[in-house]
This record gives sequence, structure tokens and C-alpha cells, in this order.
Amino acid sequence: MSFTWISSYWPLLLTGAWQTVSLLVISVAFGFVIAVGLAFAQVSGGRLTRLLARGYCTFFRGTPLLIQLWLLYYGVGSLLPMVPGIRQSLFWPILREGFFFAAVSFTLNYAAYEAEVLRGALLAVPKGELEAGQAFGLSPWKLIRRIWLPRAIRIALPTIAGEIVMQLKATPLAFTVTVMDLYAVASKVRQDTLLVYEPLLVVTLFYLALTAVIARVFRGLEAQVPVRR
Amino acid sequence: MATTQQGILDLLSPYPPGWGGVLLAGAVSTVAISACAFAVGVLLGTGGALGKLSGNRVLRLLLDLYTTVIRAVPELILIVGLYYAGTDGLNRLLAALELPPIDVNGFVAAVAVLGFVQGAYMTEVLRGAILAIPTGQIEAAKAFGMRPALRFRRVLLPALLPNALPGLANLWMSITKDSALVAVVGYQELALATRLAGASTKHYFVFFLASAFLYLAITLVSNVAFKLIEGRVRRGQPRLA
Repeated sequence: MSFTWISSYWPLLLTGAWQTVSLLVISVAFGFVIAVGLAFAQVSGGRLTRLLARGYCTFFRGTPLLIQLWLLYYGVGSLLPMVPGIRQSLFWPILREGFFFAAVSFTLNYAAYEAEVLRGALLAVPKGELEAGQAFGLSPWKLIRRIWLPRAIRIALPTIAGEIVMQLKATPLAFTVTVMDLYAVASKVRQDTLLVYEPLLVVTLFYLALTAVIARVFRGLEAQVPVRR
Repeated sequence: MATTQQGILDLLSPYPPGWGGVLLAGAVSTVAISACAFAVGVLLGTGGALGKLSGNRVLRLLLDLYTTVIRAVPELILIVGLYYAGTDGLNRLLAALELPPIDVNGFVAAVAVLGFVQGAYMTEVLRGAILAIPTGQIEAAKAFGMRPALRFRRVLLPALLPNALPGLANLWMSITKDSALVAVVGYQELALATRLAGASTKHYFVFFLASAFLYLAITLVSNVAFKLIEGRVRRGQPRLA
């Protein structure tokens, strides 16, 4: 075991950690917004929206994330340049990066899993609370914003923490599409120094630390609302 | 632009020059890897759960370490790490015993690594399922003088299966999808076969979509299968709401 390589690789490790964290934050933040829409579509939408949302969730939960990532990166990525004028557009520098495809596919995937969690939570909100809101004359939109959604999120909090940790553990896949995330840094160190275990060990410790942080944050969030047990 | 004239159906036809056969073979090997790893996981998980409940302090500490570490580390890192560590360790062991090094079969390595990872999750699922069995039933079996093996087969197993099946079904779904990760270490299953097909024809989109639907088909079929099995092991029990 030798860890002398850290002294020359720590800037790279830091950028890798930054990439990993930003992938996680982007996918969780945008994925959550999409998931709220999907969950409401499944719970209270019409027949067609319900069917579409169900189909979306089944597809993204039923296929491996690696395949979704490669479908976007290799598949859509090879079709994108055919769009006229896209190479000259403002967004091209972003659109040609692996990071963009990783962020999009992680977001879509996270949304599907999170939607399933939220759907259950929305159904678990006691009917009486919603009826009370209606009796007070809240408009449907206000009912969702003030009662239904906040209550559902509280109910789902422990599961959401689990989902975010799962999402963190999925981020190393981004290295297969040239993103220089933490795991990619570890494999670069392996190629440069022929050390196999040490870089993996260091990177693993970082993931463990991040998991601990997520768990701690969510414990704090859950403690915000006193629950009678 | 001769390739665009070529229909999608030609690309996916099961006979060369179509790539359908390669994809199907990949799907079969995905199912084979998953099934074998699942079986290894069930064995490890049963051992782990019984060990954790046995009350032996040292054993429990070791098993806690196993389940905590495996479940906390990203699957990709585990698979790559164990893949290299496993083959490297085996060859070092052989060298220590003054035997010639062997080239570990990709299939065996993939199954061993995935099974080891599954075992950790399985341990927790089965431990929970065993804990949910009313103690009276186990005590009754003891009172009848059943030996541990018989007790496990006649009382523990039938009582834990209904509790454990939803968890086991989840794990099966996740292993069929996690098996795609062994593509990264270079074993040819569905994900890698698809990438090869895409790379040699430049029709990435078609092939990845096709393999996504193959995975989806595996998931949906397993869903039905697990429903049937659950109905079977839950026979005689009141229906859940």
C-alpha cells in the first residue's frame, strides 16, 4: 500500500469529486421536479397521462442505467449533429460533452424511481386532511401546494434519502462516457501508477463520507417535524 | 449513404449480417449470469442471515462489516475492484502453493463478484424475513424435537418465503440490470454485445433501444413469474389489501 501518489493527484481528485457531486445535485434537483409531475399524473391524471407516466416509469425502471446512458450518449449523441445549425448554436459546447448526457440520463432515471416513491406517498396522505382543505375552499392548486405535496414529501423523506444514496452510487457510470468523475480519476491513477487498490480505496472513502453526509442531512430534515409515534 | 437504405429489420435480423442473434445471445448470457449470481446470493444470504441471528459475537461483527461495506460502496467500484482483486488474489494464492496461474473464466468471475454483492443485500432481506416469523412457531418446532435442519426446511423456510419474496424479487430485478456493469470489465453480455453491434454498424440508437426493450422484456416476464410464485407461497394466507 502506498499513498504517495495523492500528493501529485489531489487537484484531479478534487475536480473528480466536484464532478461527482454536481452530477448528483443536478440529477436529484431536476429529477425531483419531473418526479412530482409524474407522480401527480399517475395519482390524479386522466387516462392518457396516467398511461404515459406509468409507461415512462416502467421503461426507466425496467432497463439498466448503463443502457440508458449509452442510448443517449452513443445513440442520440450520434443523431444530434444531424440537426441543422446545431453545431453553430450557443449550446453546442455543452451538448457535445459526456457530462451533459450523463446528467440528462441520470436525471431521467432518478425521476422514474422518485416518481414511484412519491406516488406511494401521495396516496398515503390521509384523505381527511385533503377533505379538510377542500372544505376550507382551497383551490386544487393551493391544496396541492399547501397540504398534499408537503405532507407527501414528509412521508417520503426516509425513502428519498435512500434513493439519493442509490443515485450517488450510480454516478460512477458516468466514467464510461468520458466524464472525469471521481471514479474516472481512480482509474486514471491506476493507469498512470499501476496501483489498483489504493485509488479505489481513497475514492470509496469519499463515497462513504458523502453517504454519511446525506444520511445526516436527512436525519436533520426529518427531525424538523415532530412525529407522534 | 448505403447504410440508411438498409432497413432496421435487416440490422436486427437474427442471422448474419444482422445483429439480432448477437443481441439475443447477449440477453441469454445476461439471464444466465443473473440467475447464477442470484443463486450464489441466496446461498450467501441464507448463511449470512442465519449467522447474524445465531448470536455469535465475532461472526455477527464480521457479517455486519460485510453487509455494511458492500451496501455502502457503489456497485461499479465493487465489481471492478473485486474483479481485479479476485483474479489477482487467486493467482497469488496459486503462486504461493507453487501452482501455475490460471486465467479466470469471465463468466465465473462475473457470477462470483455479482453473487458476492447480492449476498450482502440478500442477508438483510432474509434476516428481516426470519425475524418476522412469530417466535412461537419456531419454539413449537423445537418443542417437538425437530433438528435444526428439519426445522429450517419444514418451519422456517415456508414461513419466511412469503415475507422474503418481495425483497427477493426486487433483488432479482436489480441484478438483471446490475449485470450490465460487468460489460465494463469486458465480459460480453447484452450491454457489451449492443455496444459492439452499434460500433460496427454506427446504428447506436437502434441497437441500444432494442437492447433496452430486451431488458424490459426480461423485467416484465420476471414480474409475472414472481407474481405466480408469490401466489403459490402465499396459498392459504389471507390476501393482502
